Amino acid sequence: MTLVNGKDFKGRVHKALKDEELRANFRRAMDGLMGKRAMQFTDGDEWTRLRNLGESIKKRALSKLPELLERLEENCTKNGIKVHWARTVDEANSIILEILKSHDVKTVVKGKSMVSEEMELNHFLGDHGIRALEADLGEYIVQMAGQMPSHIVMPAIHMNKGQIAKLFQDNLPDTPYSEDAAELTAIARKELRREFMEAGAGLSGVNFAVAETGTLCLVENEGNGRMVTTVPPVHIAVTGIEKVVENLSDVPALLSLLTRSATGQPITTYFNMISSPRKEGEKDGPKEVHLVLLDNGRSKVYRDTETRDTLQCIRCGACMNHCPVYTRIGGHAYGGVYPGPIGKILTPQLEGLDEYPEHASASTLCNACVEVCPVKIPIAKMLVRLRDENSGNCPHGEHPLKGRGAKSSTIENAGWSGWAAMNASPATYKVATTAMSRIGNLLPQSAPMLKEWTSVRVKPKFAKKTLHQMAKEMGLKDE
Amino acid sequence: MSRTPIEKPKSVYFFGTCLVDLFYPEAGVAGIELIKREGVEVIFPQAQSCCGQPAFNSGQRDKARDVARAQLDLFTKDIPVVLPSGSCAGMMFKHYPELFEGDVDYNKACALANRVYELSDFLLNVLKIKLTDKGEPMRVTWHGSCHSQREMGVRSQPKDLINQLENVELVELKRETECCGFGGTFAVRQPEISAAMVSDKADDVEATQAQKLVSGDCGCMMNITGHLDYRKSDVQGLHLAEFLWERTNDPR
Amino acid sequence: MNKIAKQEILDNLRNASPSKGDFVTDNSVIYDKKWTQEQKIERFCQVTSAVNTQIKQTTLHDAQRDLIDLLTEKGVRHLMQGSPSPIAKEITDNWTAMDTGVKLRSFDQKIEACKEELFSVDASLTTTLGAIAETGSLILWPTREEPRLLSLVPPIHVALVYEDRFFNTFLEAIEQEQWTTHMPTNALLISGPSKTSDIEQELCYGVHGPKELVVMIIRNN
Repeated sequence: MTLVNGKDFKGRVHKALKDEELRANFRRAMDGLMGKRAMQFTDGDEWTRLRNLGESIKKRALSKLPELLERLEENCTKNGIKVHWARTVDEANSIILEILKSHDVKTVVKGKSMVSEEMELNHFLGDHGIRALEADLGEYIVQMAGQMPSHIVMPAIHMNKGQIAKLFQDNLPDTPYSEDAAELTAIARKELRREFMEAGAGLSGVNFAVAETGTLCLVENEGNGRMVTTVPPVHIAVTGIEKVVENLSDVPALLSLLTRSATGQPITTYFNMISSPRKEGEKDGPKEVHLVLLDNGRSKVYRDTETRDTLQCIRCGACMNHCPVYTRIGGHAYGGVYPGPIGKILTPQLEGLDEYPEHASASTLCNACVEVCPVKIPIAKMLVRLRDENSGNCPHGEHPLKGRGAKSSTIENAGWSGWAAMNASPATYKVATTAMSRIGNLLPQSAPMLKEWTSVRVKPKFAKKTLHQMAKEMGLKDE
Repeated sequence: MSRTPIEKPKSVYFFGTCLVDLFYPEAGVAGIELIKREGVEVIFPQAQSCCGQPAFNSGQRDKARDVARAQLDLFTKDIPVVLPSGSCAGMMFKHYPELFEGDVDYNKACALANRVYELSDFLLNVLKIKLTDKGEPMRVTWHGSCHSQREMGVRSQPKDLINQLENVELVELKRETECCGFGGTFAVRQPEISAAMVSDKADDVEATQAQKLVSGDCGCMMNITGHLDYRKSDVQGLHLAEFLWERTNDPR
Repeated sequence: MNKIAKQEILDNLRNASPSKGDFVTDNSVIYDKKWTQEQKIERFCQVTSAVNTQIKQTTLHDAQRDLIDLLTEKGVRHLMQGSPSPIAKEITDNWTAMDTGVKLRSFDQKIEACKEELFSVDASLTTTLGAIAETGSLILWPTREEPRLLSLVPPIHVALVYEDRFFNTFLEAIEQEQWTTHMPTNALLISGPSKTSDIEQELCYGVHGPKELVVMIIRNN
């Protein structure tokens, strides 16, 4: 069963909007997160300078991406980390399976990794008889529920305590129903401790991969990320190729932007920098560390200098926390791995516009995401670009995206041609607007567009006279 | 990020916008009257139509450019162009340079973009208008459009103007900066999401117990008041210009 | 396959048009964060206390007594330290001579041989490389003597930091100490006890790592 699917967006939206519990869960969570973030950036000048810095660091890294990837590989290899390259999720999955098989691993414990969600790794390993166990509390909950994360930072944000209490009670032996968050957390701690001890391998994502030193950086609060990268004898890190940064000194700014934007924390509990497997004489740490670099469409996104900006993303999730659409429909409605504004631009680029035809239109272009993005990704501009691509009327852009023209409609194009003809010619505009002010109100409610509009609104009323006519009557100069 | 204030000009252009032209001409007239009362001449080029935003945001860039191009030659004097809409102002100010990148008319587009002002910003920061309230005591709330806030840097200006009115109590809307769900064609392409957003906005509006909802953008207004009327709410929506003019002009 | 994949990915990237603009890194916004020695300590304490870190200020002379008091108060029975421990002798020497109910143990074997033991002790004691004022973080560079799991597995982690080892920012620590020339197997910033808010945004401490973090700041007098 694959959970990733872009089709039937509207069906899922319909369901989500009707789910009052879900709506309330998201509203409460997003309000909280927006408030916490705001407290972190009360100094407008510091925010402006820091995000300019963050943007320049990511842009610089992307500008030399191939070179940095090679440097990363070279330095990792020097440090004893094995580097693997994967063009597709299938390749990445096979690489990981092979590593696990060679160590006869039965269970792999996982830290949070959105890339592994992209790969549907758990599912894949399960099919090959290897159990992949999520250890991040939110991911643990979501996995138990047989769902996907609904948020890239807080995977179980769509659920409330009651739902989680029931889930634990139903799935864990001898677990009484409890809505106490501390108790629920303690239950997970107890369940997972033994798993960390016994697992044959640990798997994690990467927040920043430092080319200069061959260092893999992980950001987390719980300690599960440290557990999976330290206790089992093998550690496999998976990352998208865009996560590489040039220098170690590039990391502090990005780290600060990431944690403050994501959850409103000055820093997370743990910032874990891994540069090698266990060295001679060291008493703990994995004996092998592997790094899997996944492309999965990223190099195509990279080809176009406009869409390239998408790859600046540091996965803080601030865009979704501030998105009025995400707040209403939640993460699962998007159907892809990455929900919210970043998902709206990233997913169709990775998977194709034809696979996710509604994503670009599901935005009011309110720019709330653009305002908070810590690396200044022009999300709204990208959405407009994707709409151009969707309609197939895309004279710009160096490379067509997969599925260009997915929403192309002869009728709609003709409609816009008519609109343009009317508005580009003063004489036609005058005739048309005069006519509309006389008879526009006779349009039936069932007319195209009006039907959707009037589902919750009254019909807009054309004025008897246009402003053009009134301005003339006022004697305003026309020149 | 609001526009750099300039010296008070002798005359300005007024770009009415297509929504005002067709649905809310009184808002346009009120805006013009407010400017004229400050001793500034208002020029209204009759050949103007639409800024092009509907097509620009709908994946129809070439058609947006055709319509935008038709506006470029109408506002050539070096005087401000004032719009009673943050969204249309944002289109010209922020997106015209993008839309005409690499085009023969690029310089013209930039020149126009640089002279664009949103009405409330212009009244407050350029004309330095002082309002004398002549109306009855009233409770109102304010909805700022996304584009006026995030593309034009118009955040406090409209509220500062409303607060100049002695008899008006301005009640802040909960989640004031959140989008109302209009988004142009979004309202009809994603009608269910739009409906959920406007319904939440209307709840917040009603919770203020304001008599009027004042806004500076007719798109938001058409959406929010369209829904308020649909649910038979008592709250009336109107454009900031109309509200300010109503309360400060000498009754004829 | 690996070579072909690598080549294809790199080729794709290299065939793309170059990015426009030059991307100058201006770290001044970070360098602007500067405090005096005492302000650094004060800020560190303030920021890390906000995430439930407990602070004890002491001197080398009083450290052992303070530590034992602290552990006794918490009901700790087994305290694990590194081996040979880099902790100052003043703090842990003659431990058994002290009349204390807390047993001092050493992480003296490879993890494979002492997993059960490590997962059963109640507390650990480690050194740090220093601390960061801006974010209230400890810097740990685990070593052969002081393994990585010492600061992670036991439910209480006590960390020592000397008063002259406070940095303004993470960037300052990286640059002043020239980290890039000698990155260890694992370097860590630790800012508080383990925590989560994955359940309804409610903050809970002690998910997978320590439930309590105690920082002992060793003053010079």
